[in-house]
Amino acid sequence: MTLLADLSTPIVMGILLGGLYAVIALGLSLVFGVVKEINIAHGDLVILGSYIAYAAMTIIGIDPILSLIIGMPLLFGIGFAIQKYLLNRAFKISMDATLLIAFGISIILQNIYQLVWTPMSRGLTTPYALESFSFGPIRFPLTYLLDFIVAIIVMLFLHEFLRRTYLGIAIRAAAQNRKAAHLMGINTDQVYALTFAIAMAFAAVAGVFLGLTFPFTPVSGMPFLIIALGVVVLGGLGSIVGTFVGGTAFGLAQTFGGYFFGVAAQMLVAYTMVLLVLAVIPRGIFGR
Amino acid sequence: MKPTWVSRHKRGDVIWRRSKIEKYSQEMPEETLLKVSHIDAFHGSFQALWDVSLSVKPGEIVAIIGANGSGKSTLLDTISGSVHPARGSIEFEGKDISSLEPFQIVSLGISQVPEGRGIFPDLTVSENLIIGSYNRQARSKKAQNLQRVYQLFPVLEQRKVQLAKTLSGGEQQMLALGRGLMSNPKLLLLDEMSLGLAPLLVNELYRVLKEIRERGITILFVEQNVRRSLTEADRAYIMEAGRVVLSGNVAELREEEKVKKAYFGA
Repeated sequence: MTLLADLSTPIVMGILLGGLYAVIALGLSLVFGVVKEINIAHGDLVILGSYIAYAAMTIIGIDPILSLIIGMPLLFGIGFAIQKYLLNRAFKISMDATLLIAFGISIILQNIYQLVWTPMSRGLTTPYALESFSFGPIRFPLTYLLDFIVAIIVMLFLHEFLRRTYLGIAIRAAAQNRKAAHLMGINTDQVYALTFAIAMAFAAVAGVFLGLTFPFTPVSGMPFLIIALGVVVLGGLGSIVGTFVGGTAFGLAQTFGGYFFGVAAQMLVAYTMVLLVLAVIPRGIFGR
Repeated sequence: MKPTWVSRHKRGDVIWRRSKIEKYSQEMPEETLLKVSHIDAFHGSFQALWDVSLSVKPGEIVAIIGANGSGKSTLLDTISGSVHPARGSIEFEGKDISSLEPFQIVSLGISQVPEGRGIFPDLTVSENLIIGSYNRQARSKKAQNLQRVYQLFPVLEQRKVQLAKTLSGGEQQMLALGRGLMSNPKLLLLDEMSLGLAPLLVNELYRVLKEIRERGITILFVEQNVRRSLTEADRAYIMEAGRVVLSGNVAELREEEKVKKAYFGA
């Protein structure tokens, strides 16, 4: 077999996996771009999305994707409350305060997961999650393809939302010039809370597809936060296209790393790439 | 204060203006549109305004003149709600607005064009204008106001799909002014509109200001250029170190010895 045919599997897997990473990173990127907060509880909130779907599946018996009807509004509400009642107050004092609060939320969530779902590994095991898909010589899990399709849908939706609606334009305006946004009649506290809420609704989506793709435990939030940070930093802060490209680049680096250096080294390769990109273009691929 | 300028001036253009004002006053039952009474304001522990009072009648163009740091921008900021006064009151159409937030004040009909323009650099020109009509009162009039702004500044229509940061300084100021008009204001607050612009552009902006007033919008502007202010406005307030030191109609102020000495070197 030629090298290219050999490489086709890591290429396709990397791109598809990149879709999942982009969805996971999207909320982080949105909050960073607009509110300028680094939400280090992001990974744990994504895992909350996974656990909500897990609960819906085990208790009510509905499909994880369908359970987003519950999960998205629930996380939207939680996100709105976190920004409105905690972070909006904190960032008027200092940005460090928001970091500490997010860290606190992260610890609280991890402990709740341990108490409720035990430290055992869980997965959103559905019949289709185990299916695989063939494309010529390449075989990959169906969930990887779903991840990628969902990534595209979510990105297009957010892109159109930010361009076409009053709230979307207001979110971008508040991100660019807070004082002027006030003078336009924009209640920036409200806009920040809604931005965080929207980011969390996307985290619910990310959580479900993460759970369909990988098993998760109460402490899975942290590794995925770190992946999301890598993706956001790679793609450039606060850019949707950048997040998508960053996700893909990260996914590819991981699968290529696995292919050439073994699975144990794949994350090392991915992060080395993040560092290299930053050394050459510090603002990220699509950074302003 | 001296008698109001309306009764004191007999020149033709003044009488013409007066008829305009009466026309606008019919829509506006209150004699005074904006009444700032004895306000003190602080930036942290620094007192920026000391016992400042000011009033604006419907249809007027009023200037606030003063050197850098005299408190004129702070005065505009307290009216728009960006800074809350520590003492005193600000009434707009007879309603106390001194404790309201900027986004609430905008929907009452006060629009501030901030110093340094404050445009949104990575939004397009038309998005900048659309966001000007964010408050609910202005949304229903969005199409109408957008058309008016494009009439006033045709160059903005030509450049509507461009990002705002790609505009020239003068165009950015037009955008800021147009965006301020999109909120459908009764009172327009302008902060250092002519700062850093070529004289020809400044002339053009002041011509547009007159047109805006013709449409029934009252204007309160802050300006460092004294000569300019005393020609373009009906009345002016002169500020020094956070206090109003002189006020009156511009014809009187131009003749005032202190003003002549301080600003015209005569």
